[in-house]
Amino acid sequence: MSDDQTEAFDLNSLSDEELVEQVHDDLYNGLRDEVIEATNIFLGRGWGADKVLNDALVEGMRIVGIDFRDGILFVPEVLLAANAMKAGMEILRPLLAETGAEPIGKVVIGTVKGDIHDIGKNLVSMMLEGAGFEVINIGINNPVEKYLAALEEHQPDILGMSALLTTTMPYMKVVIDTLKQKGLRDKYIVLVGGAPLNEEFAKAVGADAYCRDAAVAVETAKTLIAARRSAIAAAAH
Amino acid sequence: MDGEAPVLVIACGALAREIVALKKLNGWSALDIQCLPPELHNRPERIPAAVSEAIAAGRARYERIFVAYADCGTGGQLDEVLQAEQVERLPGAHCYEFFATSAAFAAMGAAEPGTFYLTDFLVRHFDRLVIAGLGIDRHPELAGEYFRNYRKLTYLVQAADPALAVAARAAAQRLGLEYEEHFTGYGDLAASLASVASGREHPVSWEKTAWRR
Repeated sequence: MSDDQTEAFDLNSLSDEELVEQVHDDLYNGLRDEVIEATNIFLGRGWGADKVLNDALVEGMRIVGIDFRDGILFVPEVLLAANAMKAGMEILRPLLAETGAEPIGKVVIGTVKGDIHDIGKNLVSMMLEGAGFEVINIGINNPVEKYLAALEEHQPDILGMSALLTTTMPYMKVVIDTLKQKGLRDKYIVLVGGAPLNEEFAKAVGADAYCRDAAVAVETAKTLIAARRSAIAAAAH
Repeated sequence: MDGEAPVLVIACGALAREIVALKKLNGWSALDIQCLPPELHNRPERIPAAVSEAIAAGRARYERIFVAYADCGTGGQLDEVLQAEQVERLPGAHCYEFFATSAAFAAMGAAEPGTFYLTDFLVRHFDRLVIAGLGIDRHPELAGEYFRNYRKLTYLVQAADPALAVAARAAAQRLGLEYEEHFTGYGDLAASLASVASGREHPVSWEKTAWRR
């Protein structure tokens, strides 16, 4: 194909609807620069940051997530898509903060001790943030003391733990058992995730739920927070 | 071993060379080896079904079956299959652990969690399974994403080969990691297969999956 034929078309020439579709395609193809350009075009057209986030970026990543789950896309493609979305979110984040909108919940999330894998965890963090959660990402290789310190400091609704290795995933039980010993377990919703985990494991270690992917993590976080708040409201009456 | 009932060993393709070498070295003529595709190394969620299928196919011809996989990232799902089939497997979480043996591997992991391990097989097929498998050939910028938390590449050596050591060192350099070599030999792979070949009761069970204990 000649250079003339590969020359990019002008995203500005697209209608809002077409541009949203284009962002979905560009996220799917991991085209970071195009996502940045489209995000700025939307803002220039007067779109609110939350609308750009939800209609263009989050929806685009939702499609990516579905095709990853179904074995159509693989880790490299998801990683490229996530990087493109991250670039768009970096533009939107300060604008979202200016609106002063209350987060729908707060999450402390980190990879367990002995494990340095964070691709999935960071994707979950980004999707939670995109869904309106305040996310405190405490990184990798976290001993129980670091989880406890973060919970104490940030007082989140949810604790999220991630592990990629069969050898490190049992450490989640160490953290949950420590929360129980300290009488803190019921204070938090505990979500766990990572490639080798499953629902049986989550139940065995005493977590509230296993989240098989980022989309499920977002939906589970929303559902369990709503249930907890309803229960608290009902108890108050 | 001659005259003993044959045993089907359903093995990860990444262990084929090592198992064949051990069989030849020890005269384990009763072991019949069937390898599954080594690409499953990168798709552990597909291992339990592939092993289950191979066991079902092998039942007609073999009374004894052994699975030469560790947990291999299946998070206990392989053990679910094996427990249902009453078939044993190799000990540990993955090939790195049974080659190095559990205590030594745990010590290595504790000393540097950010260690990327290669075996003889993975050095031989580094470009296909690591570079192409992770999409780094198509998107070199992803190497930084995958390996930014790693500090060191440790080559677990099964059979010393200067050419492989050179290739492993080059792999470390390509990923920007420190390089270390650790000779393991065949580790627990040899011990486990010796038990299988001799008909002794095998020391491992499906209850090995750590969180089930």
